[in-house]
Amino acid sequence: MKKTGAQIVIDALIQERVKVVFGYPGGVVIPIFDVLYDTKELQFILTRHEQAAAHAADGYARSTGNVGVCLVTSGPGATNIMTGIATAYLDSIPMVAITGQVASTLLGTDAFQEADIVGMSRPVTKHNFLVRSISELPILMKQAFHIARTGRPGPVLIDIPIDVSNSVMENYSYPDTVSIRSYKPNLDGHVRQINRAAEMIGAAKKPVIFAGGGIIHSGAHDELLELAEKTNIPVTTSLMCLGGFPGNHPLFIGMPGMHGAKAANYTLQESDLIISIGARFDDRVTGFVKKFAPNASIIHIDIDATAISKIIKVDCPIVGDAKRILSALLKVVKPRSADDWNKKVVEWKDDRLFSYIKSDTVLKPQAVIEAVYKVTNGDAIVTTEVGQHQMWTAQYYTFSRPRTLLTSGGLGTMGFGLPAAMGATFSGTGKTVVAMAGDGSIQMNIQELATISLNKLPVKIVILNNSYLGMVRQWQELFYKKRYSSTCLRGGSLCKETCPGPDKCKRKYIPDFVALANSYDIPAFRVEKICDVIPVLQQGLAMDGPVLMEFVVSAEENVFPMVPAGKPIDDILEG
Amino acid sequence: MSTRIISILLENHHGALSRVAGLFSSRGYNISSLTVAETEDPTVSRMTIVVEGEAGILEQIVKQLNRLIDVIKVIDMGEREVVERELVLVNIDSTKANRHEFVEIASIFGAKIVSVTSGSITLELGGEKRTVEDFIALVKPYGIRELVRSGTIAISQRK
Repeated sequence: MKKTGAQIVIDALIQERVKVVFGYPGGVVIPIFDVLYDTKELQFILTRHEQAAAHAADGYARSTGNVGVCLVTSGPGATNIMTGIATAYLDSIPMVAITGQVASTLLGTDAFQEADIVGMSRPVTKHNFLVRSISELPILMKQAFHIARTGRPGPVLIDIPIDVSNSVMENYSYPDTVSIRSYKPNLDGHVRQINRAAEMIGAAKKPVIFAGGGIIHSGAHDELLELAEKTNIPVTTSLMCLGGFPGNHPLFIGMPGMHGAKAANYTLQESDLIISIGARFDDRVTGFVKKFAPNASIIHIDIDATAISKIIKVDCPIVGDAKRILSALLKVVKPRSADDWNKKVVEWKDDRLFSYIKSDTVLKPQAVIEAVYKVTNGDAIVTTEVGQHQMWTAQYYTFSRPRTLLTSGGLGTMGFGLPAAMGATFSGTGKTVVAMAGDGSIQMNIQELATISLNKLPVKIVILNNSYLGMVRQWQELFYKKRYSSTCLRGGSLCKETCPGPDKCKRKYIPDFVALANSYDIPAFRVEKICDVIPVLQQGLAMDGPVLMEFVVSAEENVFPMVPAGKPIDDILEG
Repeated sequence: MSTRIISILLENHHGALSRVAGLFSSRGYNISSLTVAETEDPTVSRMTIVVEGEAGILEQIVKQLNRLIDVIKVIDMGEREVVERELVLVNIDSTKANRHEFVEIASIFGAKIVSVTSGSITLELGGEKRTVEDFIALVKPYGIRELVRSGTIAISQRK
């Protein structure tokens, strides 16, 4: 079949069963957008900034497990998606980013809107391609999707010069299969290692399971639950695995690390065996590495061999897919009954994983999140931005199903949550989508209110407005003598000398989120009283389409527990 | 710290070299030498890298190299019997008066005299890194005008 490069790009997307593409047009991608104009098989969503297109593709991918796709132009269009690509890379999210490029003949000449995007994206993509001729376009499109979704998933960027989009291939057909000699992910774990792991589990006195994002990517949540229940081993999950194990399960001991549950941190520290599955021992989890779980042997199941013994020396590495390995392990592991260790862990849990000082007079951010949990029956897809509200969401919204918490864990990208929520509205799950945000983060991609409004995307925006960049302010309060340098969002360069402090400040908060939402034709509410929280949430969530709900919460609330950076994880600060 | 020779087979196409180099530079690993050229299969290049680092870091390097999509195979030459060679070309101040001394040095090391002018002489030596370094030390006092080393290449000993 005769096709242009631009037609091949779109046909490849259709063949890969892509349902939605997020992006932004520009000079060198006009040929591709021209083909999109007549395409019925997939939906294109025009964002208001390329960064948001990448995050939306990411949010779609996180909520479904499918490859998310974004399409942008060369130069600034492509540089604008770098944060989105890096976000996906750090959290192993399958994504294909298509960027236009100046004509091949102009490469390297500083042409208009030229940037070396393959060079720039190399360290933040799983792989990338510059398409040099139309003859290699079909196979590279196929490879891009294959690489993005297999093995440890990740973003793949494909850079297409405009002359490739405009040239014609006489005998086009999309390849059925793909084989890359240098890329063969190992899926089945080594049998001997699996047997050894089963023996180690059998011999352990104080075992704990530490599950990470790999559980979600591999779809291994059922096997994880089965393993935990068969062996009665307590389970802690990293931020990336919240929802990968039922948050209300008696064996669940919360997320570990800097803002983790005390139960999780104490259990890890005192354990004699950690069974780590698809987790990578991030510094926010381990705290001071040399004092992390000093008596524990470690079994580490991971599809990426480089994750093993990268931070913590591993005693029993098993490289492969978590679901397959857990299935195999379940066949050989012996049942274990709850014992004194379980009793001790339950004591650490102390009835609940997290608690804060409740108030009848002050609107607390944690209370708003608990209310959101209640009103959504814990069954929503929740996206977050980054900061205090993100940690409170992780602590007080009990996630019970995989792919229901979409959060930028690795890169920690403010501005992620709102566009990611747009992507999640295409998940096809029928779940309510809540974009949980702080008043700082939401402003990093606030322009997407236009995309949400015009496409009637049912995003329920919850803003916890404490008028601060709260997480940095918290560090300033605790470790920098309350010197709130550039973290007050009411303040500006004009009021530094005269600042009376947050309680007495009379400056108006800018922007007026309710008026702003209304200007985008999005209904909005502002809540300042505790008694209005539940009714407004009920009303907002019951509405069709988008809604913005702003909660004016106590300004100087802190996230606790907290392990100061660089300390061992049982060195815990409490409010 | 130890020195390790890592041999990499990788796809012979644009961008592959920069992926490997980028991996080293972004992690602050120091490359002592790097050579790359086509193999008997024109679609495959072989890169030989000499790198210094702690054993744990070197293990990470090998794993991370393996993770690169363009990398077909990584061989840690430290675990094998290998023959290693390096080539050096050196241009030295030399006049008719001392030329015979270079003929002597060349014959001791098995070096070749590549060219001679009225004021200089160019020698070529292939050998193990240590031999090459001894050779350089010996000719240095005469006044090296220019020196070019290829970096190490290595091949494993098959039985």
